[in-house]
Amino acid sequence: MFYREAGQFKTTYQADQAVFPILQDRIGLAVILVGAFVFIPFAASDFFINVIMIPFLILALASIGLNILTGYTGLLSLGTGGFMGVGAFACYKLTTFFPGVNVIVWIFVSGFFATALGILFGLPSLRIKGFYLLVATLAAQFFLDWSFIRIQWLTNYNTSGAIEVPTRTLFSVPLTGPNATPQLRYLVILAIVTLLTWLASNLVHGRIGRMWMAVRDMDLAAELIGIPLYRTKLLAFAISSYYCGVAGALMVFFWYGSAEPGVFNIDQSFTILFMVIIGGLGSLTGSFFGAALIYGLPIVLKVGLHGLGWNILPATIEHLTFMTVGALIVLVLIIEPLGLARLWQITKQKLRVWPFPY
Amino acid sequence: MDLAYKILIDPFMQMGAAPDLLVQTLWEGLVAGVLYSLIALGFVLIFKASGVFNFAQGIMVVFAALTLVGLHELGIPAFVALFLTIVVMFGLAFLVERLMLRPLVNQPDIILFMATFGLTYFLIGFGELVFGGNPKKMIASELYLPSGAYDIKMFGGFVSLQKIDIAAAVIVSLMVLFLALFFQKTRIGRALRAVADSHKAALSVGISLEQIWVVVWFAAGIVALVTGIMWGARSEVSFSLQIIALKALPVLILGGFTSIPGAIVGGLIIGVGEKLGEFYWGPLLGSGIESWLAYVIALVFLLFRPQGLFGEKIIERI
Repeated sequence: MFYREAGQFKTTYQADQAVFPILQDRIGLAVILVGAFVFIPFAASDFFINVIMIPFLILALASIGLNILTGYTGLLSLGTGGFMGVGAFACYKLTTFFPGVNVIVWIFVSGFFATALGILFGLPSLRIKGFYLLVATLAAQFFLDWSFIRIQWLTNYNTSGAIEVPTRTLFSVPLTGPNATPQLRYLVILAIVTLLTWLASNLVHGRIGRMWMAVRDMDLAAELIGIPLYRTKLLAFAISSYYCGVAGALMVFFWYGSAEPGVFNIDQSFTILFMVIIGGLGSLTGSFFGAALIYGLPIVLKVGLHGLGWNILPATIEHLTFMTVGALIVLVLIIEPLGLARLWQITKQKLRVWPFPY
Repeated sequence: MDLAYKILIDPFMQMGAAPDLLVQTLWEGLVAGVLYSLIALGFVLIFKASGVFNFAQGIMVVFAALTLVGLHELGIPAFVALFLTIVVMFGLAFLVERLMLRPLVNQPDIILFMATFGLTYFLIGFGELVFGGNPKKMIASELYLPSGAYDIKMFGGFVSLQKIDIAAAVIVSLMVLFLALFFQKTRIGRALRAVADSHKAALSVGISLEQIWVVVWFAAGIVALVTGIMWGARSEVSFSLQIIALKALPVLILGGFTSIPGAIVGGLIIGVGEKLGEFYWGPLLGSGIESWLAYVIALVFLLFRPQGLFGEKIIERI
């Protein structure tokens, strides 16, 4: 009813090719941004910010990273957890070496370390693809996971093998560490995630994004029309790992506060991959949907089942979560292989022409 | 120079100095390799017949073994439990075909692959819910599997061969023989190969895709059960097996996705390479390299032979 573009005429190509061509979409986005930047920090409880918003944003960022690689370029990867770990450990080493520089700078810089390793492990993608490439990325995952545990230099020879996030300040207000307020941490994450999402959106809508998608749809044909295959694939690996690295650094510095190396194991990679699949391959909005669903589902299950008055062991809830997530993946693939993002698009299309079917 | 010595010369000196240790390590590698091969075999079966890369094979192994042990714990005699487990695996194959594969027919490979991810997670949750997360002991002696070890004198030392490992090798050989006959000589085997070549062409000559899929997932379930029993008898039945099952991936890469002999040879190479690497070169890097060495071996292979040792050459057309 309210969602239709009748009367919105485009007079320039620029307006016609905008990412959000419909006025209502732009209004909706503005409302979401204002809500996220202004409303939530003031109105939401610490619990909500700590347990729901912060993890959601960070996981969404990691999903965007993997989506660039798997969804846009069609390269299957299970190394996400490893690359996130690289970002986290790089940031930790940098901030302990150079405590004078602001930690936010190091968060952005640490992504480049993940990029370097991403390119290194992306090298085999010239010769192999599909499931074979999956094994190559598994090599990255297991190797990095092993390095985090074995190379004690990474944790500054901490006897527990874990990293503790030191307190870092901005204008003498603590940003990280035990004294930082959830609101401030949330705002930092939100700003970074918004910035990187905006960049990613511009990337995938531009020339580079088109190159990625051409490679995804058929790499041989893409090569024939003059797309440098190897460079395109490596670029996807580089940018994807950068996003994952930043997400990993944020995860440890602004969410967990400390991290054992085991955080970045293969399960992390699976979780992110599920978010990408369920959210929708090749969709940035989908990354957010997927992160919300996969991360939110256990919480909803837990709260919901307790609300029903059932007295269930936490372990049982975990098992139920596993089952639900598994069933959900199959279900989403059957109903809509392109994920929640596609469902969202269909809904919007239906709204546009409502009350008529076409 | 010192490092080069440690990498290139020292391990071989050690091998020469203690040949009995070398033989023992080789044997352990072979045994681990046989088990990797078994898991890889399940993958290959399904990939050959339906083009689905079945990620759930690892959890199917755990699930089959847990069902067997769980049924026995209820007081059911071992062989009846074995039979019931086979029935359960058939039920699983049937349900997978009906609820997962049939609605997804004609989707791209990657979608089917991800669906098996979903199946994996579902089975993990379901298995833990029903059987609990604690490791269980395999009912090896009830199934008349041998235990104990032979000690063989060799090179002035002992090499100890577990009887269960020898039994595993024998059973695997029999199973591979049986599968080869099944694929080559029987009517269903021919239909399976036809489906592997092309779904559409197979349908057009009157092969029932549904039936073939049930058969092939059931076969993979049986392989999973055998794997579960063998592996369970060596250590215990627990969900951590599922991560070990990921080792089957490099095995597949090495052998090629569509080749049964490839799965066997690949498994043995990976098993031996991994154990030798861990034992002789591992200390240089601070041990534990077993966790990723297999993948790196496979990666190096891939760079030279992208289709694996025995795989069919990949030909792409636009």
